[in-house]
Amino acid sequence: MNVADVIADKRIVICGGSGGVGKTTTSAAIAMGAAAAGRKVAVVTIDPAKRLANSLGLEELGNEPALVDPALFAPAGVEVEGELWAMMLDPKRTFDDLIDRLAPNEKARDEVLANRIYQELSNAVAGSQEFTAMAKLYELDRDYDFDLIVLDTPPSRNALDFLDAPDRLTQFFEGRTLQVFLRPTGLAARVMGRGTGMVFGVLKRVTGIDLLEDLAVFFRSLSGMIDGFKERAQAVNKLLADRGTVFLLVTSPEREPIDEAIFFWRKLKAARMPFGGVVVNRVHHDLLGDAEVNDVSDELAAELGDKLAGRVAENFRDYHVLARRDARNIERLGRQLRDDRLLLVPYLDEDVHDIEGLSRLNRYLFATEVERQKMLDEVVA
Amino acid sequence: MGDLLDKRLLFVMGKGGVGRSTIAAALGLAGARRGRRTIVVEVAGQHRLAGVFGSDHGAVLVEREIGENLFAITVDPEHATTEYLSLQVRPRAMGELLASTRMFQYFAAAAPGLSELVTIGKIWELAQLERRSRGASRYDLVIVDAPATGHGVAMIRTPKQFADIARVGPIAHQGRIIHRFVSDRRKTGVVAVAVPQEMPVNETLLLRDELADAGMGIDRVIANGCYPQRFTARDVEALREANADGHGPLARSAMRAALSEQVRASEQRPQLRRLRDAFGEAPARLPFVFAPELDRGALEALSRELESAL
Repeated sequence: MNVADVIADKRIVICGGSGGVGKTTTSAAIAMGAAAAGRKVAVVTIDPAKRLANSLGLEELGNEPALVDPALFAPAGVEVEGELWAMMLDPKRTFDDLIDRLAPNEKARDEVLANRIYQELSNAVAGSQEFTAMAKLYELDRDYDFDLIVLDTPPSRNALDFLDAPDRLTQFFEGRTLQVFLRPTGLAARVMGRGTGMVFGVLKRVTGIDLLEDLAVFFRSLSGMIDGFKERAQAVNKLLADRGTVFLLVTSPEREPIDEAIFFWRKLKAARMPFGGVVVNRVHHDLLGDAEVNDVSDELAAELGDKLAGRVAENFRDYHVLARRDARNIERLGRQLRDDRLLLVPYLDEDVHDIEGLSRLNRYLFATEVERQKMLDEVVA
Repeated sequence: MGDLLDKRLLFVMGKGGVGRSTIAAALGLAGARRGRRTIVVEVAGQHRLAGVFGSDHGAVLVEREIGENLFAITVDPEHATTEYLSLQVRPRAMGELLASTRMFQYFAAAAPGLSELVTIGKIWELAQLERRSRGASRYDLVIVDAPATGHGVAMIRTPKQFADIARVGPIAHQGRIIHRFVSDRRKTGVVAVAVPQEMPVNETLLLRDELADAGMGIDRVIANGCYPQRFTARDVEALREANADGHGPLARSAMRAALSEQVRASEQRPQLRRLRDAFGEAPARLPFVFAPELDRGALEALSRELESAL
């Protein structure tokens, strides 16, 4: 597998995986590769930790795509024929914009934006990033003329939220709860009988009346936008399942991220989302094989002296342990997925956090299998 | 270190993939060794603790003893909500019934911040000397394997936000009590875990600023996964000058691996310096573990190393 083939006829690439596996840098490297090949690309991160800005040498990324200065790539020897745009999702801003767009009138909009529940919490809670990311993805696809959008996602523990966000919201709006909040003492409450009154009464006791009223106002003001939200959610679902969309999983070869990747893959399967393959970053390749590490120290002792040769061998043995572990985990991944679309990126000597690092990563991602093997052989020998 | 384990509540925070669960478990073992009745808490959806402690029971939704003086629990928002309601609403059965209604479940799923609030509420409850839960025993030390940076800070801030919104009423009252407890630096501590690389260190600095906004601070930084400094500058010179062509592929690979190790080890130095400069003291360093998995024995060893490094 190679990334160039996977994304060739795609408009949207979504990178998923657990935290700390190089997901943001992989997204940026993919976007850079596509831009180098002449496409107009936007890379979007929803990571709260501003990592993409770091990766691209930008101080701040805004909530709208900004063109990355082509001059930045020159020192790394990368020639960008297309354009690379980058943005970092600001969930609060995106949510505000969405409310602005969906509100039936100014009064309804202001009511939501001024609501304290909305102000204090809409940005902070789990799930809001996922939901706004989807909304933003949809807008970028609709309102701009990018050839390709690469979306970096939050860690896959929120994968459920991510894929379910549109549906969950729709469900809530269609549910009875909202009706109760809209008219807690009115017809709805009577129709639904005692149960509803009880729930509301108890909630009042538990939460305090102010909070409950704020919640009621929050839900009531949102209610004018139900159709808008539903439409948006449907459009997003359609976009995710579109032939022009592909999901790439990113992982590292340790046990836990591999477990997460398998979990995420199952989720994708169940939701019938298009799966493109798995990028396994930071793989330690087995260089020792069946040979004995003592042979290495024996061979080197004459030239390096016993002590240094011993330490070189010890270091080699330590990395061999990691290589064996990685191989086992990667084999398990392949077996579970019954799929050979795995792309292994070796552990690069230097930490990847700048354009030069991205271009190193990029070379592996976009190489054909033959080229990649050659690069590996060079590393090995 | 004495200070840290003498607190009642410790949050272990940091970017994804830096080893928060391992550190939380290691701190848990250290607390238990000192004779402090310690519970390690993970927040729902993580399910890592069982793996770290080498048990395969999956998530533990109830407090469970996993060693001498050592307990573990997974706090699940749904479970915690039911428990909270059953304590708040009388008769008790009514609260449980309420929590089980579909309408309440929709409400709980949609009300912003509610699951964060009940989660931190449960964590606070575990740290109280007078437990609210019936028949519950007290813990001297509660260690939380917090969600990754952004979500972790959001969780800690929630009680204050709810208190500010609600102003009066039970939630406002409880929100203030919880906030007072987690922002009391004598009772509550924060351990920030980083690996000595550019971006995890950036995130640690960001964490410090976000916590400061919430009236909290980082008590100790742990630099996890530090590569050993195996080779001196003279070694590197010798390795570079060695006649690669005179050796077989195996020896060449070994020499290259040594140079590679040297690059990693030297790249982490400026990052450790950044942490030291930012926090005014050198971070506690833990070594990179060259092992396929961290078993209980290795965890115990790491825990002792951590205890002396802190």
